[in-house]
Amino acid sequence: MATLKTRRGGHSPMPPQLEKARVGIAGFDEITNGGVPKGRPTIICGGPGCGKTMFAVEFLVRGAMQFGEPGVLMTFEETAAEMTKNVASLGFDLKDLSARKKLMMDYVRIEPSEIQETGSYDLEGLFIRLQYAVDSIGAKRVVLDTLEAVFSGFSNQGLLRAEIRRLFRWLKDRGLTTVVTAERGEGALTRYGLEEYVSDCVIFLDHRVEQQVSTRRMRVIKYRGSSHGVDEYPFLIDDQGFSVLPSTSIGLDHPVSSQRISSGVKELDDMLEGKGYFRGSSVMVSGTAGSGKSSLAAHFANQTCIDGKRCLHVAFEESPAQTLRNMRSIGIDLAPHVKKGLLRMEAWRPTQSGLEMHLLRIHKLVEQFNPRAVIVDPITNLVTGDTHEVHAMLMRLLDFLKTKQISAFFTALTEGGAAMERTEVQVSSLIDTWMLVRDVELNGERNRCLYVLKSRGMANSNQVREFVMTRSGIRLLPVYVGSGTVLTGSARLSQQAREKAAETARLQEAKEKSKILETKRKILEAKVAALRAEFADEEDRFAQSVKRDEQKERSLARDVAEMASLRGSKAPSKGQGA
Amino acid sequence: MKKKAVKSGIEFIELKLYVAGQTPKSLAALANLKKICHEHLEGRYTLHVIDLVKTPQLAQGDQILAIPTLVRNLPVPIRKIIGDLSDLERVLVGLNLVHTETGSSK
Repeated sequence: MATLKTRRGGHSPMPPQLEKARVGIAGFDEITNGGVPKGRPTIICGGPGCGKTMFAVEFLVRGAMQFGEPGVLMTFEETAAEMTKNVASLGFDLKDLSARKKLMMDYVRIEPSEIQETGSYDLEGLFIRLQYAVDSIGAKRVVLDTLEAVFSGFSNQGLLRAEIRRLFRWLKDRGLTTVVTAERGEGALTRYGLEEYVSDCVIFLDHRVEQQVSTRRMRVIKYRGSSHGVDEYPFLIDDQGFSVLPSTSIGLDHPVSSQRISSGVKELDDMLEGKGYFRGSSVMVSGTAGSGKSSLAAHFANQTCIDGKRCLHVAFEESPAQTLRNMRSIGIDLAPHVKKGLLRMEAWRPTQSGLEMHLLRIHKLVEQFNPRAVIVDPITNLVTGDTHEVHAMLMRLLDFLKTKQISAFFTALTEGGAAMERTEVQVSSLIDTWMLVRDVELNGERNRCLYVLKSRGMANSNQVREFVMTRSGIRLLPVYVGSGTVLTGSARLSQQAREKAAETARLQEAKEKSKILETKRKILEAKVAALRAEFADEEDRFAQSVKRDEQKERSLARDVAEMASLRGSKAPSKGQGA
Repeated sequence: MKKKAVKSGIEFIELKLYVAGQTPKSLAALANLKKICHEHLEGRYTLHVIDLVKTPQLAQGDQILAIPTLVRNLPVPIRKIIGDLSDLERVLVGLNLVHTETGSSK
């Protein structure tokens, strides 16, 4: 037992905490921090048909099967056989439990016309029967459904009340955890005021119809000695019994992951730092009708399954078969994933039940299937009236998913125009990564563009990319920016063509220019060659003429010498001559 | 059935008195019952006294809730009279025995 230090330095034992008996109903034990008070009586009250008996029986059945506590069911309105039949739809086999001595049923029939009161009496018979039932199987749990029946059978109110008080004292003394069902009264909690005697724990079940949709809600009105959730919690009853949805306002301290997962579209990953979304984050894509949101969702589902992880796809608009068919047209085949059990597709109409039912159903699916990613397509269908409620519900859903580190992918339909960046349900503040698909109308054509409006925790691209759905999936093309405007679609194509033509023309021109230059050079070279040749010619002639002159001089000199020899023997000096 | 009773004048009454131990109420009921039987049903009744403290499992069969309870199994329909049987008129009405002036009973 825990001890706490007192100021005097000694230790004193902590005051004994209220012991609780677990009921085993999903969500209920969370709301009550452990279940109903152990060894004490609890009242379940509510209008007709709100599920009191079901709750009480589930309390017994789970007590016997899950917690090893056999129980006694004292029923005043239905026979054992009827009761068995009623709860068979919840998946409980009372007959089997009885045979195994885990459950004892005692049908107490009170027929006022049979009874004649003559003199004083007490209800000891009830005590004896209860004692006998408890002893025969060693029961720890008791259900009285519904004790108010005694009021119709016996007229002595004073006696009845005294006996009831005695009964609860009796139950408490034996430490039997008891659940008593009671009919809701006008103005009072119960019709016969049973809450006077059972004041330890009072639970109220409500079955409301709002806007033609019925919701079941539960509230812990009183729980003596324990803290408990004080809100109204929606619940549903299905073939697995009760499920209560605790509004786990967990606070904002869920664990986060730095892991990244691909969106399924490579170019989109590029816009998100090249890695994709954070694992466990919430992603939303909003856009006008037919803009490709469901297709993006399908890409994400596909990628998740390819990675070998489970994905839950909740659709509020299209049936799974329709989604499969439509996605095949863009090259995404989800059927093999469904077959392998990696992809679970659930679809239902949002008008089928109240908001909390949707949340609860998704809760249950997530608990059962344990996916890595959840897709809800679209969330805007849920707006059936009160946007505030839808907002609250989505917040709870996101909280729940984040705690489990499950990635959430929502699609939202927006009306075009100025309200593009504001979704109907105003959930953008809850979303970590928000992408918008917008239509751009130009020259009689509508083309889609996608851009990342925000992405917490990463440097997302601010580019607007053209969003095209091809036969092999979604592609994001870089949008053409020509002369300062954004061009998409055929305008882009024509601009591309134009620019290509201009480029070709330029190239041609350049080629031509170089050709001309080449020609010029050739001409120049030819000229130079000709000049050179001329010069060489002249050189030659000059050399020749010099040679000739030399020759002339030599021959002249010879001639003179010869003449001299002929004239005399002396060579005349140059000064004497004849 | 009623016709039969009128005609024959003799009808057999099967009574069971459920008590719980030796409480004052139980003892009083037993005493009162014995008196009534002696005075009005001489010779045509059977009476079983069942102490539920000793045999609690029998309470379920006759759907006993209050103690003491007197159950008239025969003739049908089953009538149950609860209390210590101190109110004679009521007991007789409950058992479908009407006390006529002549002292005979139907």
